[in-house]
Amino acid sequence: MSIDMAQFHQVFFEESFEGLDIMESGLLNLDMGDVDSEVINTIFRAAHSIKGGSGTFGFSAVSDYTHVMETLLDEMRDGRRQVTQSAVDVLLGSVDCLREMLSAIQDENDIDEVGVAEHKKALEVELNGGQANSKTVAAEAADPVINEVSTTTGTNANGWKISFCPHADLLKTGNDPVRMFRELSELGDLEVIVDLQGVPQLFDLAPEECHLSWTLILKGDVQREEIDDIFDWVEDECDLSIQALNSGEEPLNTLQSEPSSVVDQAIPAASLAIENPVNSESKKDIPAVAKPAKAEEKKAKAAASTSIRVDTGKIDTLINMVGELVITQSMLSLVGEHFSPDKIDQLKNGLVQLERHTRELQESVMNIRMLPISFVFSRFPRLVHDLSSKLDKKIELKLVGEHTEVDKTVVELISDPLVHLVRNSLDHGIEMPADRIAAGKPEMGTITLEAYHRGGNIVIEVKDDGKGLNKDFLRNKAIEKGLLDPDAVLTDKQCYELIFMAGFSTAEKVTDVSGRGVGMDVVRRNIQSLGGNIEITSNLGFGSTISINLPLTLAILDGQSIAVGKETFIVPLGSIIESIKISDKMVNRVAGKGETFRLRDEYLPIIRIHDIFNVASAKATKLSEGLLVVVDGQGVRCGLFVDDLLGQQQVVIKSLEANYRRVEGVSSATILGDGSVALILDIPGLVRLSNQ
Amino acid sequence: MTQETDIQEEVEETKHSNSVQFLSFTLGEEEYGVDILSVQEIRSWEPVSRIPNVPSYEKGVVNLRGAIVPIIDLRERFNLQHSEYTNLTVVVVLQTILQGRSRTMGVVVDSVSDVNNVDAQLIQSAPDFGTKVSTEFISGLALVDERMLILLDVKKLLKLDGVDDAAKDDNDDES
Repeated sequence: MSIDMAQFHQVFFEESFEGLDIMESGLLNLDMGDVDSEVINTIFRAAHSIKGGSGTFGFSAVSDYTHVMETLLDEMRDGRRQVTQSAVDVLLGSVDCLREMLSAIQDENDIDEVGVAEHKKALEVELNGGQANSKTVAAEAADPVINEVSTTTGTNANGWKISFCPHADLLKTGNDPVRMFRELSELGDLEVIVDLQGVPQLFDLAPEECHLSWTLILKGDVQREEIDDIFDWVEDECDLSIQALNSGEEPLNTLQSEPSSVVDQAIPAASLAIENPVNSESKKDIPAVAKPAKAEEKKAKAAASTSIRVDTGKIDTLINMVGELVITQSMLSLVGEHFSPDKIDQLKNGLVQLERHTRELQESVMNIRMLPISFVFSRFPRLVHDLSSKLDKKIELKLVGEHTEVDKTVVELISDPLVHLVRNSLDHGIEMPADRIAAGKPEMGTITLEAYHRGGNIVIEVKDDGKGLNKDFLRNKAIEKGLLDPDAVLTDKQCYELIFMAGFSTAEKVTDVSGRGVGMDVVRRNIQSLGGNIEITSNLGFGSTISINLPLTLAILDGQSIAVGKETFIVPLGSIIESIKISDKMVNRVAGKGETFRLRDEYLPIIRIHDIFNVASAKATKLSEGLLVVVDGQGVRCGLFVDDLLGQQQVVIKSLEANYRRVEGVSSATILGDGSVALILDIPGLVRLSNQ
Repeated sequence: MTQETDIQEEVEETKHSNSVQFLSFTLGEEEYGVDILSVQEIRSWEPVSRIPNVPSYEKGVVNLRGAIVPIIDLRERFNLQHSEYTNLTVVVVLQTILQGRSRTMGVVVDSVSDVNNVDAQLIQSAPDFGTKVSTEFISGLALVDERMLILLDVKKLLKLDGVDDAAKDDNDDES
């Protein structure tokens, strides 16, 4: 009898990825001086079960590779080998490599044989005692991030990698990148990868500014001086980094390049460099930078089938609840079978019980979708470890409230924005150690990630004890960039909010960690699309706190039902500011058509729901007959003109797109108590619709 | 006895010849058929929740055991004269896999008539009427008891205009 092993693959992959996470956090927790044998045991066990599993399923590449790791770990476990930083780095690199291999197998792609082989060699070198120089090679291989710092001026390099990020005013000084590239191409085989990330929306585009940046790969026997000559004129108007092209940097290039651009992966065979594995961690960690198309593909594939691990305790509660429900149901049917008026009390009691059980059941089903936030937090120690060594900063990461539970969807969607915020804190918030000592602060900076519940919301805070935000600096920068009117009067809060504007970057230097000015606006948009909001408080010289406020679950929404004619719509309660009755006198017309009204010194547009949704049965057509619901949708305020308010209720969100399609002005639908369908309004969409 | 042999014959027929079963329904004088495997259920008409700013043949959405399902009026979709909905008006709930996920949609028809076995080899392709008559939803014509059955392509029927562009690619793959 043959068993179809494929059905177990998914479980194997999930377990293996979990094992890799355990190995990673174990490796990061290893204290060089005083090694805890229990930690090594944990790492060893994880490696061992991956090896066992992959052997069973016939993924020999994975099991062979893990075997080498296991041997190394085994020696450490027995105390035959000293735990050194370089060994840990190699192991960390191997974890990334394994993760890459596993996801390649999962997506039925080919494994990057070359990378794996090189990596395995590094491991074996480490295993065989490791001479001093091979160790450094291995360490470099293990950590692509550190690797970038190494720059050689040697002439024996077989090419150069130039990352060229001109400042916005480069073109005004009469320099033309195209001409420079042409000159470069005369020196050797040139490949140009353009990064379009910085390009603003067409509306915001200033044609005289340069928003592009490039990664150039120049192959051939070229002297560094020749390249320097070409960039001589623009050196002060751009951020330039020139690195010898070890093939080791190649995968990193791929990461940062445009998804569509094809990067020539050919590595000169002569070079003895070690190819880095495409670090899956860092891939996820660069939300602002375009990912290669392949990575996106992978993500899409992974999204197709997801599963969730549920605590057995939760399932037990659920089963208890269902038991209670069954009892109530049988009690009710007994009452119904021989019903007489004197049993009305019994019936009422039963219905009360039924209501309670239904509500509890609903809560515990919701609870199943809840995951501890540590699923998101757990990746940050590695991120901070890698980045702080890259930036030469000393940073301690504190995680608080890791067990706070949030909806699975929130967990999935919050992770990229959080990574961005933490990177920002690392790069801009925390000062260099020397500056910190000068400011009288401890050398070691602290970043705190904290999650807790407040009301029906979850709050996630990213706190740092760095230099804080400088209000005047932000203000000036915004004026300089033309994003703010010089005469504008801003409150502190408004000042901080400037950093959420598209195209706003205060970093004096654009690094590949952050500073391109894309990102914070994306972060805010992502969080708002989850129905949350983001706030900044800052104390100059003492650090900043960014707090994200998110609804606990995305499946249920507090709504206000409104009536327009015979139809019922739901407005998210969170977006309603107030509801008022207005008279014709308060209304002004703009260009004879657009209606506005004045609310406390602010003119707000009126959107007539019956108009834009063509509701024929609307009762109120004169503004004085109906009500105006003042709403705020992602910063845009307006008044929705409706017939009447019906009531507040919690509604279960149902997708319209599952069987139908997206409808402008409507975010989703819900089912009302009488079984009919009501549409949930999407305020920003309504505003767009009424502007058309 | 004879009945039994009849049934047996019928079973034989379905087994051996390449016959496909179609659910037939009427729209005015015309008789249409859809592959029975794509029919999920048949319901009576009940009021829908209107969706704003969509073509008039997209009547709205209903709650079908917790799922939001759109209802399409086939008469209007095919530019036939609209008729009033009565208690006898029927909604055929169709289901198919589009772009890797299952989609459900209800179509309003005048009445459901029969389930017909049609030999796959006897299905003719739809004649070309030029631009006068749109044949985009028609997968073929079949003769059943001297009546013409217009066979509909459920996948194309369920793909609403402008749903998304990905649908187009999908379509290309299929054709």
